[in-house]
Amino acid sequence: MLIELKDVSYTYGKDTVYEVNALNHINLGIDEGEFIGIIGHTGSGKSTLIQHLNGLIKPTSGQILFDGSDIWEDGYNLRELRTHVGLVFQYPENQLFETDVITDVMFGPKNKGLSKDQCEERAKEALKQVGIPENFYKVSPFDLSGGQKRRVAMAGVLAMDPQVLILDEPTAGLDPAGRDEILGQIKYLHDKRGITIILVSHSMEDVAVYAKRLLVINDGRIAFDGSPKQVFTHYRELEQMGLAAPQVTYIMHRLHEKGLTVDLTATTVEEARRSILLALSMKKSGGTEEGGGSPWVK
Amino acid sequence: MGIIRASKLGFDYIKYHDDSEDPEKINAIKGVDFDVEKGQFIAVLGHNGSGKSTLAKHINALLVPTRGTMYVDGVNTSEEEELWKVRQKAGMVFQNPDNQIIGTVVEEDVGFGPENLGVETEDIWHRVDDALAKVGMLGFRDRSPNRLSGGQKQRVAIASVVAMHPECIVLDEPTAMLDPNGRREVLECVRELNQKEGITVILITHYMEEVVFADNVIVMDRGQIVMRGTPRAIFSRVDELKHYGLAVPQVTELACELKQSGVDLPDGILTIDELVEALC
Ligand SMILES: Nc1ncnc2c1ncn2[C@@H]1O[C@H](COP(=O)(O)OP(=O)(O)OP(=O)(O)O)[C@@H](O)[C@H]1O
Ligand SMILES: Nc1ncnc2c1ncn2[C@@H]1O[C@H](COP(=O)(O)OP(=O)(O)OP(=O)(O)O)[C@@H](O)[C@H]1O
Ligand SMILES: [Mg+2]
Ligand SMILES: [Mg+2]
Repeated sequence: MLIELKDVSYTYGKDTVYEVNALNHINLGIDEGEFIGIIGHTGSGKSTLIQHLNGLIKPTSGQILFDGSDIWEDGYNLRELRTHVGLVFQYPENQLFETDVITDVMFGPKNKGLSKDQCEERAKEALKQVGIPENFYKVSPFDLSGGQKRRVAMAGVLAMDPQVLILDEPTAGLDPAGRDEILGQIKYLHDKRGITIILVSHSMEDVAVYAKRLLVINDGRIAFDGSPKQVFTHYRELEQMGLAAPQVTYIMHRLHEKGLTVDLTATTVEEARRSILLALSMKKSGGTEEGGGSPWVK
Repeated sequence: MGIIRASKLGFDYIKYHDDSEDPEKINAIKGVDFDVEKGQFIAVLGHNGSGKSTLAKHINALLVPTRGTMYVDGVNTSEEEELWKVRQKAGMVFQNPDNQIIGTVVEEDVGFGPENLGVETEDIWHRVDDALAKVGMLGFRDRSPNRLSGGQKQRVAIASVVAMHPECIVLDEPTAMLDPNGRREVLECVRELNQKEGITVILITHYMEEVVFADNVIVMDRGQIVMRGTPRAIFSRVDELKHYGLAVPQVTELACELKQSGVDLPDGILTIDELVEALC
């Protein structure tokens, strides 16, 4: 197991009047190569949880192991851990600080001790991956639009070539094409380079398409842990937690109520399309699956 | 005459560099004409960096035109002495729910605006009550903003604007950081202010689903307005939207794909109800 959380709890402002119990007794194992989605209501503890994974926050109680070692043991090299476990923050403006875009993205690899040329090469590659063209290299990160800032922040982490990539709402504020592009890039890093991905998102549609395993955080606890399909069958309970199912799940339920025998577990547009076409052709041919030789179903 | 009227509006960000005499100009808005009738709900779409926020900041005079003009309720935003008048007429709500609230108690936060306008103390309390009621947050008036959910924080931010008795509210991606429930809360709140109070709404968003209930949609591309129309008209032009880096709501996409696979469906399906109706 790559990362393990043992009975982790965290309280902000401990022993003050502002005390907030953000995490309660979290037990969680993450294997190398997983693609994990994390959903949960605002304030449920998602950002707090992931900042534990690269040692930005020290648990109030409990243990965090990376590759079997306790990261809070004396002498553990947290700085090195952070080059293996890259975190893209929820608010990208908190992550940008250099005078221009290219210098900002070079910061990570420089810290890893690479030469200037290597750093620059890495930075250019990373900026290309997030769709920031060359004419922005010398622009101050603070003069970018919201979505451009987010892309640059992500490039800064990609340039470190991390083993684990944690993204806190990476698509918030991105335009639809940018959203597809970034998620496609993340999927590529996972599929082709074997990078472990942890994706925090408020988009049920996105986690349904990309995550293999979905964690639901509710009031600082893990409420569900399973495949997106399994988790979204609990959509009524998810609604109670301030969440929802992907829009297609609602479409399928409505169609089913109206007597069309569609697959209620469909969570993506493609699954819904196939299922609806099949159901329509069955309905037309009088209900038997064998009779459904429709030209629609590919 | 519309409540917001931009005519041939152009805007350059100016950057001074140490190493050169001439400042650099970044031409963010290029000759935009934009006319909004009072009481309308307008949605603004566009790729990252297309100029949405820059245009929005002109509506409450955070920025003033480099070229052309911007009038808000008959007031020219370029006239410095009119600044507070403009700010009172048009309020803004931003993306990050955590850095818009300055008060330590909800009601205090909502009272800041009217206080700055020089409203009488008694009337301030009246406005605070009224604004919190309108966003459905009256029960939270004594709470600390830190203890609210993202959707609740955004509704407080909206109440702070409502307490200024504005003609118009500009929301720049108010739901980008919210969970599904918070997103719904904020949208319902905004629609209600539009329908019941007649407040003009300008909503900037990257979520196509949020645009469905707008009266009109405008699409921006590289500093210009390239599409205008009702949501149904806009979302029927799928290829054009894709060309501008945009998309359609998930229901519309599914309807399109079903149609391409040979199912007989009308164009421009926008809601789950419409799709279910058409299929069953
Ligand atoms: N720096 C802080 N000081 C005090 N309390 C905090 C701090 N950061 C977060 N909290 C509180 O801890 C809890 C968990 O917050 P966290 O940011 O982890 O939630 P989240 O799931 O990431 O929410 P969101 O979806 O809004 O990003 C919330 O009640 C929040 O108000
Ligand atoms: N303070 C600034 N200084 C210089 N250029 C800026 C500044 N703010 C924005 N720009 C540039 O102006 C253009 C328009 O930016 P704007 O923020 O209006 O875009 P936007 O449509 O709101 O994008 P997003 O969807 O990412 O929020 C972009 O090219 C951006 O890089
Ligand atoms: Mg968070
Ligand atoms: Mg913007």
